[in-house]
Amino acid sequence: MQRLPALFLAAAHIQPGEASGFLTGFLHPISGLDHVLAMIAVGLWGAQLGPPAVWILPITFPMVMALGGTLGLMGVALPGVEVGIAISALVLGILVLAEARPPLAIAAVVVGFFAIFHGHAHGTELPAGESGLLYSVGFVVATGCLHAVGIALGLLNRWSSGRTALRAAGAVVALSGVAFLVRALA
Amino acid sequence: MRASVGAALAALFFTGLFPGEARAHLVTTGLGPFYDGISHFALTLEDLLPVLALALLAGLSGPRSGRMVLFALPVAWISGGLLGLSRSSELLMPVLTASTLLVLGALVALDRKLPLGLVAGLAAALGLFHGYLNGTAKLGALGLSGVAVTLCVVVALAAAFVVSLRAPWSRIAVRVAGSWLVAISMLMLGWTFRAG
Repeated sequence: MQRLPALFLAAAHIQPGEASGFLTGFLHPISGLDHVLAMIAVGLWGAQLGPPAVWILPITFPMVMALGGTLGLMGVALPGVEVGIAISALVLGILVLAEARPPLAIAAVVVGFFAIFHGHAHGTELPAGESGLLYSVGFVVATGCLHAVGIALGLLNRWSSGRTALRAAGAVVALSGVAFLVRALA
Repeated sequence: MRASVGAALAALFFTGLFPGEARAHLVTTGLGPFYDGISHFALTLEDLLPVLALALLAGLSGPRSGRMVLFALPVAWISGGLLGLSRSSELLMPVLTASTLLVLGALVALDRKLPLGLVAGLAAALGLFHGYLNGTAKLGALGLSGVAVTLCVVVALAAAFVVSLRAPWSRIAVRVAGSWLVAISMLMLGWTFRAG
């Protein structure tokens, strides 16, 4: 167990594993390149679309992903999870590459649909013995940070060269999605 | 002023994120039951997060709502705690705690200006429920007083911070925080009903 400052010694209703729960939860979403690229792509796409999509998409993704995670934790089966995650990187990358501008509702549905797969994968992979609450906090904060990275990179969209760079980033994500898909289907 | 409020909230947040030694039940600080109550609240995210959500909601609903929560929540919390002192029950605690956070987080994310009565009702319900659980944890009257004082500080800081926000993006940031609370609560529910 981590030793922490004496100030925090008084603990109440804290379950075993709590000290490491936040860190484990925080590291989980950023431990897989497929998750990282897809979540950053959501931020990039939101930035390309501008307000209100720039914040609605990153709000949609964690909430629906948590729903998927809940399904995974409860043991509800979801077929083709790894394929779905790979396709999410492929599709989101293509959307960024193409600077696609569908209606906001469609964009939110696309992002939410793929978030289910990411959440489910995380839900079924969660380790036992951790504090559920702190793990969840770390998990959600890390996801939000990845979106924030994407949005921050998306600020390049203001300049024409930046716009090209974002589209190139979309191409990289899409190509990675192809690689993930090949691996998932192998 | 706003920066100092933000720093205080950040300090509170990280205090909650990094508790000390893992213990199953109440541990005394050595400073007396009043301070035990303060530390209990500050280190129990199951209590802290819904209160933060309510404070954000009150701030989004305006200064009058903030003032109402500042009064109603501690009173309800102490009332619930006194009711729970002679009882021992943690039935459905994780489910109810997660559900509370889910509802409050969703209301923050939606950013609907709520009527004063509804905000007061939410504060009363939250205070009675969580106070009752504190009571069953044998926090004691002085401990409950410590919790109530901390509640006042947390609600005052968080609600005033949100009320003071003027830039449109800053209000959106609060809504994003609400969505994160919803996501956390859903995962908590998943952990509660975890298969295997």
